[in-house]
Amino acid sequence: MPRMTMIEAIRSAIDISMERDGKVVVFGEDVGYFGGVFRCTAGLQQKYGKTRCFDTPISELGIVGTAIGMAAYGLRPCVEVQFADYVYPAYDQIVSEAARIRYRSNGEFTCPIVVRMPSGGGIFGGQTHSQSPEALFTHVCGLKVVVPSNPRDAKGLLIAAIEDPDPVIFLEPKRLYNGPFDGHHERPVTPWSRHPLGDVDAGHFTVPLGKAEVRRQGSSVTVLAYGTMVYVAEAAAQETGIDAEIIDLRTLLPLDLDCIVESVRKTGRCVIVHEATLTSGFGAELAALVQEHCFYHLEAPVGRVTGWDTPYPHAQEWDYFPGPARVGEALVRAMEA
Amino acid sequence: MMDDFPPLSLHVPEPEVRPGGTPDFSNVPIPKAGSVPRPPVDVDPRDIRDLAFSIIRVLNREGEAVGPWSGLLSDEALLEGLRHMMTLRAFDARMLMAQRQGKTSFYMQHMGEEAVSCAFRKALEPGDMNFPTYRQAGLLIAGGYPMVDMMNQIFSNEADPLKGRQLPIMYSSKEHGFFSISGNLGTQFVQAVGWAMASAISNDTRIAAGWIGDGSTAESDFHAALVFASTYRAPVVLNIVNNQWAISTFQGIARGGAGTFAARGLGFGIPALRVDGNDYLAVYAVARWAAERARRNLGPTLVEYVTYRVGAHSTSDDPSAYRPKDESEAWPLGDPVIRLKNHLVRRGAWSEERHRQAEAEVMDSVIVAQKEAEKHGTLHSGGKPSVRDMFEGVYAEMPPHLRRQRHQAGV
Ligand SMILES: Cc1ncc(C[n+]2csc(CCOP(=O)(O)OP(=O)(O)O)c2C)c(N)n1
Ligand SMILES: [Mg+2]
Repeated sequence: MPRMTMIEAIRSAIDISMERDGKVVVFGEDVGYFGGVFRCTAGLQQKYGKTRCFDTPISELGIVGTAIGMAAYGLRPCVEVQFADYVYPAYDQIVSEAARIRYRSNGEFTCPIVVRMPSGGGIFGGQTHSQSPEALFTHVCGLKVVVPSNPRDAKGLLIAAIEDPDPVIFLEPKRLYNGPFDGHHERPVTPWSRHPLGDVDAGHFTVPLGKAEVRRQGSSVTVLAYGTMVYVAEAAAQETGIDAEIIDLRTLLPLDLDCIVESVRKTGRCVIVHEATLTSGFGAELAALVQEHCFYHLEAPVGRVTGWDTPYPHAQEWDYFPGPARVGEALVRAMEA
Repeated sequence: MMDDFPPLSLHVPEPEVRPGGTPDFSNVPIPKAGSVPRPPVDVDPRDIRDLAFSIIRVLNREGEAVGPWSGLLSDEALLEGLRHMMTLRAFDARMLMAQRQGKTSFYMQHMGEEAVSCAFRKALEPGDMNFPTYRQAGLLIAGGYPMVDMMNQIFSNEADPLKGRQLPIMYSSKEHGFFSISGNLGTQFVQAVGWAMASAISNDTRIAAGWIGDGSTAESDFHAALVFASTYRAPVVLNIVNNQWAISTFQGIARGGAGTFAARGLGFGIPALRVDGNDYLAVYAVARWAAERARRNLGPTLVEYVTYRVGAHSTSDDPSAYRPKDESEAWPLGDPVIRLKNHLVRRGAWSEERHRQAEAEVMDSVIVAQKEAEKHGTLHSGGKPSVRDMFEGVYAEMPPHLRRQRHQAGV
């Protein structure tokens, strides 16, 4: 099987989707000739022509708004917002329009679009290249929200998202583009070529939306994570020696509640980890669900390790980023309770 | 009959040349220096619509200042302007190198665009407020902001006035009329209009200046700025820096079917001028004209500076992937530093030798500032802003939940 970085896997997913379905169109800022600032669409304009893969004016509202119109016509736009931090000008189009068109037209019009965007920190990007805005989308009815953690999933999930009949927000943790990252920024970078999840089928396959994956089997405590935090949790389990079961949620909405409940009922403990800020973050939803469904199995309060409730700072990146030490402490606390 | 119509096809604009091609700016008409008239500031915008399609230029090929927009600046003022531009260029060179050495994470340079912000700053009065983008550090240099403080911010060190919170070059200085830079494009343009409206509401005398790049004019903030400025006749100068590129995207993508970016102002009834952005004298003259209009309560002016981004977009970019390597050399408006130098030589106020000397002096002053800044640390070594600073300043008063989190973080 070929080895791919997450960038190559995303490109392969888009390429295959464009090849299989002439209705798939791809656009965004610097996406066409140059192939995207992270190179996720490199070569696609050459291959499919500039009316199927093109550069847009710098207007996120325009990108998503035209995608919605194209979807109403019958195309399947897969658009890029250059950084998740820049999606806000498009927020109205996503929230008030894309998310509700099926409902308000009683299915007469639909909105099968994918909005891809790099998210998360770990690259010294400061407050405008580091955000994790997933909760702003999971709070909106009508959207699906996906956060892959590795090349194989990224490809399978993106193909599934493009083929999905409803709008999908696809958040790509940029710190994972070139290799897994466990928060040990002082150590050399591991490339995907040395990680088993860098093995990606060259052809068409999907990873279904709404299915989580257990990344590490364990019996003592369940860790709910997604994106970069999956690797941070793995490092924390290893460093504390705690037999954690680590679940990579992969899709936040729809959520694989069965997988979560089964695990927490088994371990009796749960720690939730995300990079986004704490207050009203997706962890709050997860904690509420675990409490509702697993209350009589819980032996410790449900813990949350997240980014602090401040804008993402530049110099204090590693004080902000919830690294393995903070996750490890939370695991120990859950075990001691 | 439907049969009469051939099938539709989508128009996607392309630049004239791509890597491998020969740079060609023959499609950029360059009017002769001195050929564009200078209307009175209270002109009816409808009478100067053609200024949105021309280019106001003062310096000609021979280095002379000609025409109705010339004659505003003394030798001393021009020498000072030259020094500001040279300082900005030397500052950029040192900070680019510092980024390569890992002393900071990121940098954006101004190469080729120095005249725009350096000359504009001299047309403002103390108390006026700029709402800049990341490519107007000349406003600070020409405004007397200490280079050491700029560097402290770039290095995110213990003396960083912004406490390490912001990406390098996202400066802020109220005292120097420089609003906090946002990484989100376009947002500041409409805020400039609001500041100007506030000044008018308060019967003040101060004016505002908004700044935006060619690419970013596509954001809705730009259009909202124009309609508010037009409706309330806000005392604001609205500046578009057209450096031909928005990362890898050529200006035709944002401009669309409009002949020029300046022409965007016409539909709003806002006087719109295009100016040679590589001509210090022309930039100053137009800036002063627009600033005077604002100060006389005549309302907003839209100015397009025609220039060229010689360097990469940022330290994360390599332009050879999307434009010919030698495109900047073919740029017909030349280099702003060399053009002003030649003019001063021609005036008898400067010489090649003094210029070389000045280059060395300017570089020395930048190096001295850098040494001073580095005493306070660089991004990964030496003095740092404290972790406490991360929690401070989110609110005027820290709410209990943040206090709890700060405690949890052990600071
Ligand atoms: C809202 C938003 N969208 C996208 C970006 C990413 N981005 C940063 S700079 C840039 C190009 C801006 O080009 P232009 O406005 O021409 O300014 P220039 O860099 O040429 O000075 C882009 C797309 C951003 N910072 N903010
Ligand atoms: Mg530009």
